Amino acid sequence: MSTVKQDTRHRDILGTSALRPDGVAKVTGAFSFSSDMWAENMLWGATLRSPHPYARIISIDTTAALLISGVSAVITAQDVPGKATYGLISADQPVFASDFVRYMGEPIAAVAADHPETCRRALAAIIVNYEVLTPVVDPELAMLATTEQIHPDGNLIRHQHILHGEAHITSDITVEGNYTIGMQDQAFLGLEAAMAFPDSGGNGVELHIATQWLHEDRGQIAACLNLPEDSVRVVLGGVGGAFGAREDISLQVHCCLLALRTGRPIKMQYSREESFFGHVHRHPAKIWMKHHATKEGKIVKVESRMVFDGGAYTSTSPAVLINGITHTQGPYQCDNAVVDGYAVRTNNPPCGAMRGFGVVQACFAHESQMDKLAHACGLSPVEVRLINAMHTGDKLITGQVMESVAPVERCIRETDLIPLPAPLALDANVLEFPGGSGRTADRHNIVRGIGWGVSMKNLMYSEGFDDYATARCTLSNGIASLKFATSEVGQGFVTLAPQIARSVLGVDDVVLETSDTQIGSAGSTSASRQTWMSGGAVDGACRLVRERLFEHVGRLHNIDPIRLMIEHTDVIDTIGTFRISVTQATQGITLSETFEHHHRKTEDLDENGQGNCHVAFAFVAHRAVVDVDIELGLVKVVQVATAQDVGRVLNPLSALGQLEGGIAQGLGLAVMEEIILDNGRVKNPSFTDYLLPTALDAPHVVAIMIEEPEPQAPLGAKGIGEPPCISVTPAIVAAIRAATGKALSRVPVRPQDICL
Amino acid sequence: MNNSIGNEMYTLHINGQDRPVKDAWVGESLLYVLRERLELPGAKGACEQGECGSCTVIMDGDAVCSCLVMAATAVGADIVTVEGLIENDPSMAVTAQTITSQITDVQQAFIEEGGVQCGFCTPGLIVAVHHLLEKNPEPTELQVKESISGNICRCTGYGRIFAAVEAVVQVRKASR
Repeated sequence: MSTVKQDTRHRDILGTSALRPDGVAKVTGAFSFSSDMWAENMLWGATLRSPHPYARIISIDTTAALLISGVSAVITAQDVPGKATYGLISADQPVFASDFVRYMGEPIAAVAADHPETCRRALAAIIVNYEVLTPVVDPELAMLATTEQIHPDGNLIRHQHILHGEAHITSDITVEGNYTIGMQDQAFLGLEAAMAFPDSGGNGVELHIATQWLHEDRGQIAACLNLPEDSVRVVLGGVGGAFGAREDISLQVHCCLLALRTGRPIKMQYSREESFFGHVHRHPAKIWMKHHATKEGKIVKVESRMVFDGGAYTSTSPAVLINGITHTQGPYQCDNAVVDGYAVRTNNPPCGAMRGFGVVQACFAHESQMDKLAHACGLSPVEVRLINAMHTGDKLITGQVMESVAPVERCIRETDLIPLPAPLALDANVLEFPGGSGRTADRHNIVRGIGWGVSMKNLMYSEGFDDYATARCTLSNGIASLKFATSEVGQGFVTLAPQIARSVLGVDDVVLETSDTQIGSAGSTSASRQTWMSGGAVDGACRLVRERLFEHVGRLHNIDPIRLMIEHTDVIDTIGTFRISVTQATQGITLSETFEHHHRKTEDLDENGQGNCHVAFAFVAHRAVVDVDIELGLVKVVQVATAQDVGRVLNPLSALGQLEGGIAQGLGLAVMEEIILDNGRVKNPSFTDYLLPTALDAPHVVAIMIEEPEPQAPLGAKGIGEPPCISVTPAIVAAIRAATGKALSRVPVRPQDICL
Repeated sequence: MNNSIGNEMYTLHINGQDRPVKDAWVGESLLYVLRERLELPGAKGACEQGECGSCTVIMDGDAVCSCLVMAATAVGADIVTVEGLIENDPSMAVTAQTITSQITDVQQAFIEEGGVQCGFCTPGLIVAVHHLLEKNPEPTELQVKESISGNICRCTGYGRIFAAVEAVVQVRKASR
């Protein structure tokens, strides 16, 4: 719980760069992340994982592990009292593997002991006999009926077809390509960690966990523990970043099982290596795409075939797939489309949510295509995108009408007006060269390139899912108290929620109560949805409380409540002279209201992929400038210019942080980040071998936020978390193409793709 | 904690105080001992390989990754953690207000310039920036980037972190 004290001269209302209420705790090291928890009498938990991508388990012998001094429990699949499997969309993933392991790193057993080193020794003492099988790792082969089905639910997780307009229409010009997107990791800094406290008597458990969605976790945990949901309390532990990787279950069930088995608090935290095996990744994808256009460059039809490798278990693959294929057209008008998408099960690591959720993959393909189209028509990258730019009212390839504000043209034009950076000086510091601190580039081999990317991203959940959010506001003695189950993962909802309360209620002091399952769901912190959804819920609850306040003041002072309004920190009579401070007006009373915000209903897609499946959309343009050492294949991203459709800026500082942070992740996918697989085996599960952008890799970002308030959105603001990371990737690759003349059809672009 | 595998006893000098460590396992890193034995969880673990800088502490004047230091080899060293950057007045109770009034200019700048999002990398970065500015009070932009390139931040894209360092440098310069 944190109280946010206010300076009376300046009020941190909506539209200001209010500072984070957890800022002091975070800069001093006092903020409690889930890995910082400690309890008297606690034990450490750890997980035994499969070394094989695919194998039959013949036997598991835990005898020797249990004999080690300091070991309190060893559990396997037979110790799961409830449902043996879990999953966000389809419960097809075992809590512990018992018959087959289907990916490298799949959990088989867990131990509780007095020290992490004791845990390590106990895991090493568990004897598992495997019959090693040949993994199915190629999704194209995996989806064939003739291929071994590696799970009872089959290898094809989902196929969806889209047919819109005329299937066989063509035009003057066609361009096509095959594109490959590598497997990216969310690589949040704060590793998976939790602490579980068993209730006395063992009839319940309280789990403190870094997660994106408390209520979804609770439902899945309770089912596996065979406990009523009320007996499982899930409390948000401090979250060190998420980016999609905390939407699925990782150690939640294991930690609770160990706590209930031992009757003691259990602390679990993954190492970085284990984290690479313990959460889902961004889907690698292969995309074929073909555009038909007039000779003037106007798109007539798009065709595509997309294959997403879902890995061993379903996770959110069906939804990622739908996002991918329904964004085939990008932010462009397109009347005809034929698209087929497949999400496929393999023995590769499971894939699921990561910032951009399917749209990242589609965008790399459609933006690469737009540049091919520009070239074929003799247009510039900007011209071809302006000619085709989508507008509000256009019909999408799903038949859905674009009802969101759609300032695509403006995003492109305003980005284009941002000045380009100065050329790399002949005597520039070597640290500015491609290669950074490696200092290997030769100035004479460095060539500059410029590239573009523009994208469209759906906001909130799709296909009929009611991902509502709940919030409670309590106003008493001039202090507003807010309660919600919204996961703060770093994005800044803890800053925004008090801003909303101050704006609506005229209070300055706002208390944030603990985020846990003692209130209704807030939905997931994903899909760029919490400002809209939980923001809408906080706004709604505060407005209800304000109505009650006006009724109370009106009754006491004999004024029709309809005449009252909040001005600054006072309740005033809009007609008369009456004025009372909110603090004074709420002395000795407590007004409390709970509000659920629901977005408008959406629909499933039909067999031709037609239907109003998405809630709303946001748009962004990126222009990247890169320096490339064409001999060594090294890339330095010099500048990224961007204009993003944000609806309304609620906190300029937080918004800029989202734009810059997303761009760095998109840069990572463009030129650095990839989980490398060899026949199902992860070859680089460490920060030594999985490269992340550092301070020397960060480009200079010049950002413009386009404010055209979205009528559908409760605060006029669109979600802004995902768009920054989507089209910056193709923009950077286009810039490398411009510098090198190479076709570059896969991301990340590796040195050998440039120089060999 | 009842610990069946360790019986090492030694004393570390941390944030100006002698801190006895009892019944420890000799294989524990300095990061583990700080966090799990000495109630100093400010340094964070995120890679175990010295790649991310989240566990940065000052040891005898050098910024080091505490995950790579065996705690038992740090006996005799002068260690400063993020908790030790604040001037603690023992006569004052530690509350949100007293801490806010005592945080350093670097910490304040990280908050005001938006250098903090999830905050997991923040303590390591705060220590690294203090160390940089002590050695080089007026670093160039490239020197800042190079000196913190061992601290990975996954949230901010570094832009607001650069702004925070620049703000501190300017204020310190003006006050000299």
